[in-house]
Amino acid sequence: MYTQALNTSGSASRLEVRSDEDPERMARFQARIDAEDRIEANDWMPEAYRRTLIRQISQHAHSEIVGQLPEGRWLTRAPSLRRKAALLAKVQDECGHGLYLYAAAETLGISREDLTEQLLSGRAKYSSIFNYPALTWADIGAIGWLVDGAAIMNQIPLCRCSYGPYARAMVRVCKEESFHQRQGYEIMLTLCRGTPEQKAMAQDALNRWWWPAMMMFGPPDSQSQHSDTSMAWKIKRFTNDELRQRFVDAMVPQARILGIEVPDLDLAWDEATQHFSFGVIDWEEFRQVLAGNGPCNRERLTDRNEAHADGAWVREAALAHAEKRRARKIAA
Amino acid sequence: MTEQRTPLWEVFIRSRNGLAHKHAGSVHAADAEMALQAARDVYTRRGEGLSLWVVPSDAITASDPADKGMLFEPTSSKIYRHPTFYKVPDDVGHM
Ligand SMILES: [Fe+2]
Ligand SMILES: [Fe+2]
Repeated sequence: MYTQALNTSGSASRLEVRSDEDPERMARFQARIDAEDRIEANDWMPEAYRRTLIRQISQHAHSEIVGQLPEGRWLTRAPSLRRKAALLAKVQDECGHGLYLYAAAETLGISREDLTEQLLSGRAKYSSIFNYPALTWADIGAIGWLVDGAAIMNQIPLCRCSYGPYARAMVRVCKEESFHQRQGYEIMLTLCRGTPEQKAMAQDALNRWWWPAMMMFGPPDSQSQHSDTSMAWKIKRFTNDELRQRFVDAMVPQARILGIEVPDLDLAWDEATQHFSFGVIDWEEFRQVLAGNGPCNRERLTDRNEAHADGAWVREAALAHAEKRRARKIAA
Repeated sequence: MTEQRTPLWEVFIRSRNGLAHKHAGSVHAADAEMALQAARDVYTRRGEGLSLWVVPSDAITASDPADKGMLFEPTSSKIYRHPTFYKVPDDVGHM
């Protein structure tokens, strides 16, 4: 998902529970989790729980921040004032989501400056989806519908995450997401009911965004690491494949209402399972995008770095101003 | 990072008149005025509040979770602090 890089190969060792953790405390901790108790910032927690959460919440935050970039380019190109106001509000929300999440990560003992540095240096991951370009206005529709739709699937169970500050941030985020998905779907619907050219644009956007959206849930359960510990600690409540299935089941009927085709020849209703079965995902593409070789990885990081550098003088001036006022107050 | 750190503030929102301010989250800002501005942008985009407080995070003293038992458990045995502990005949009516 927004934290899909957590369970790709190569990072397994970091999640292993340390053997020098006091077994009695570990047992008490697990008992609290099992009893659906929430863990709060100052409570004792295993180091691996803390580390997993810092990585998960910060990857999630970075995704919200970088996620502003593909849509941001369309703010000045929106086709009407109504669309522009909506998109502006949505992009602003994504920034807010990033900030709620950074604040939640900071309760675990990492500073905002360190988190920012991890993103800007390229050490931290963010969701693969934001390394694809938004080429036409229909992409803004497809992003709201599919990408925010996938985000909602993942984020609703996170509202019950065992870590209190993360769960509370997710409650706020989820309240705001449904507007994002609906405005995207409305754009798609308008295009699909417009001229043949507009409908073709919507189909083209669905063709390009469908598979990357499917990858948002991360590697298949058979290849994903960490899932067991995360499930036992109730950081995660459903597996990648379970969430992906829910997504397909929800999206296919919505595509039918739009009158456009999901680009998957293997897509079919399965009477036996009462779910849609679907084709094979190109996991090599997924690995390449996560490894930094997607269509826009370099552009995204460059843009974030430039924006951060451009704001340096503002941060400096604000701190200098605050310091000057403080000094004056003391003198008076 | 050699950049100076921007202070952390806790944000409290009064959602409606008559209700107490409730913790909403935190923001980073150089001073109180900017913290209020940031809190407004981050936490009240949909009419969530009528009043905001920002408090420097390091000004808050919190109880230690390890003291939870010592601080809060004794009250659970003091059931005589609750009205239901006292028996009043039914014909007294509501009291
Ligand atoms: Fe978001
Ligand atoms: Fe969103």
